[in-house]
Amino acid sequence: MPEADATYAVRARNLVKRYGETTALAGIDFEVPTGTVTAVLGPNGAGKTTAVRILTTLAEPDEGEATIAGFDVLRDAKEVRRRIGLAAQDATVDPLLTGRENLIMLGELHQYRRKAAALRADALLEEFALAEAADRRTSGYSGGMRRRLDLAATLVSDPEVLFLDEPTTGLDPRARAELWAVLDHLVDRGTTLLLTTQYLDEAERLADDIIVIDHGRVIARGDARKLKREVGGDHLRVVVVEPGRLEDAARLVATVTGLEPRVDIGARSVTVPISQGVDALVDAAKGLAAEGIAVDDLSLHQPTLDEVFLDLTGSAPDDTDEENHS
Amino acid sequence: MTVTTGPRIPATDRDRPSSRGVAHDTWVIAKRGLVHMKRQPEALSDATIQPIMFVLLFGFVFGGAIGVPGGSYREFLMGGIFAQTIVFTAFGVALSIANDFKNQAVDRFRSLPIARGAVLGGHAVANLLKTVLPIVIMSVCGLLVGWSINGGLVDAVAGYGLMLAFAFAMIWVGVLLGSVVGTPEGVTGLGFVVLFPLTFLASTFVPVETMPPALQTVAEWNPVTTLADSIRVLFDNPHPPAGPGDPWPIHHPIAYTLIWAIGIVVVCAPLAVRAYDRSIAR
Repeated sequence: MPEADATYAVRARNLVKRYGETTALAGIDFEVPTGTVTAVLGPNGAGKTTAVRILTTLAEPDEGEATIAGFDVLRDAKEVRRRIGLAAQDATVDPLLTGRENLIMLGELHQYRRKAAALRADALLEEFALAEAADRRTSGYSGGMRRRLDLAATLVSDPEVLFLDEPTTGLDPRARAELWAVLDHLVDRGTTLLLTTQYLDEAERLADDIIVIDHGRVIARGDARKLKREVGGDHLRVVVVEPGRLEDAARLVATVTGLEPRVDIGARSVTVPISQGVDALVDAAKGLAAEGIAVDDLSLHQPTLDEVFLDLTGSAPDDTDEENHS
Repeated sequence: MTVTTGPRIPATDRDRPSSRGVAHDTWVIAKRGLVHMKRQPEALSDATIQPIMFVLLFGFVFGGAIGVPGGSYREFLMGGIFAQTIVFTAFGVALSIANDFKNQAVDRFRSLPIARGAVLGGHAVANLLKTVLPIVIMSVCGLLVGWSINGGLVDAVAGYGLMLAFAFAMIWVGVLLGSVVGTPEGVTGLGFVVLFPLTFLASTFVPVETMPPALQTVAEWNPVTTLADSIRVLFDNPHPPAGPGDPWPIHHPIAYTLIWAIGIVVVCAPLAVRAYDRSIAR
């Protein structure tokens, strides 16, 4: 594929990256169609940042290849850099420069003439509600302001593809909502966006397409609805009265559904995705009654994205206990 | 032309050639380095107050105790303080490189379509200019306390030229140090331990003849000695004459210093570029 391919803004094939003994990426394949928003979702250490670094020419893959707007990240790095904007995990604005100086410098490094760079900086500062703080050093900015400036900085070049690595991590809820609004705005303009996040609600809120990665592999992809469907739709949930019977309940649920359930000791609950619908509920109810296990709750419910995530990765970003049955 | 919300900010591609050359990109980065110096009180004081302090402290405290054949100690001292300031250029460079790593400016620059070598080139230009300021301040301060350029104009120009040449070499030592160490704290620690003895085991503050024999040998081959001595020779300031038993560097300080400057650039610049590239390609 030597020529630029306009269909896919991002195309990654079998990307592998190792750091010494650790495999950060174990062969990742995905595409981002031009003009769409894709979220790469995964826990800490899943390989999200590594993938972004390779796609933005900051790191070289050990195996595989990637193209941005048809240009190879290794062979045509400079063409790639002309077309991308990157907001790294920590805002990388220069603390000793003012907001305006930061944007002008980046404009000049994007080869604008100084005057054009200055005009563009002013327009972006205005748009990101930073006009009043424009002549203050960014070391005095709040976290939300710094993120907004960082985002403005990535737009200096009017990029075709924008990479945002955990754009809202560390922001308070208000700053987060503000940033989401800015991102909506970008998406409306037709910018292709690839963002990484640990937050399911963020992925669901912003992205057309979600790629779930864990341990350096893509383990699922699709829109939020498809992901929910893929893990079996309904979940069966049993909450037992006595913690001591939790294991019995888990064994019973496993027999009924044929799947290993997830046990939450704190909540005294056993949860499993099911495909048999109400039948499983009836079977479980009978079984529990026969074994004399008292229950607080026995229910079917639609999974939340959190549960989808748990089912796919086997662990939650901030989970403590897992696989503690048997 | 103000754009508030909604419409895309006007396309400005016509204002944007694909590349404006390595000199342009280098200068943009260099300007940033100069703004940094202006806004960092400690960096600014390193470049302004510190040289004055050294001239005054060493000049007046040691001035009476240390005798220099053929002239006053304060005149002798100036060459040493020039040399020390130039060697410490490496420290400033290493610190700014390490800060770039810390603030992830390195990543930001690398994701931009800028000319290869412009980032390090910008650091080099900025730091070369940063070196000029303390040299000028020290010269003025020296003149006020009794130092003077006694030689001819050509020699004087050669003296300042040699300082800048050596400063240029030290910049690459700094890039190497900053890229290998990677943190400002590490640079401060290591820089002090490496550079400080280097500038003291030399004819910087005292004539080499006053040192014990072992140290004397080290000092005689230390390029900081010959840098300081070269400056003294070119400005025709007092310096102990080279004796028949002295090694080659003492007899040919300027040549020896230039060989070191060239050698440092030839060895350190490629290593520094590689260390820098490698530390960002993680």
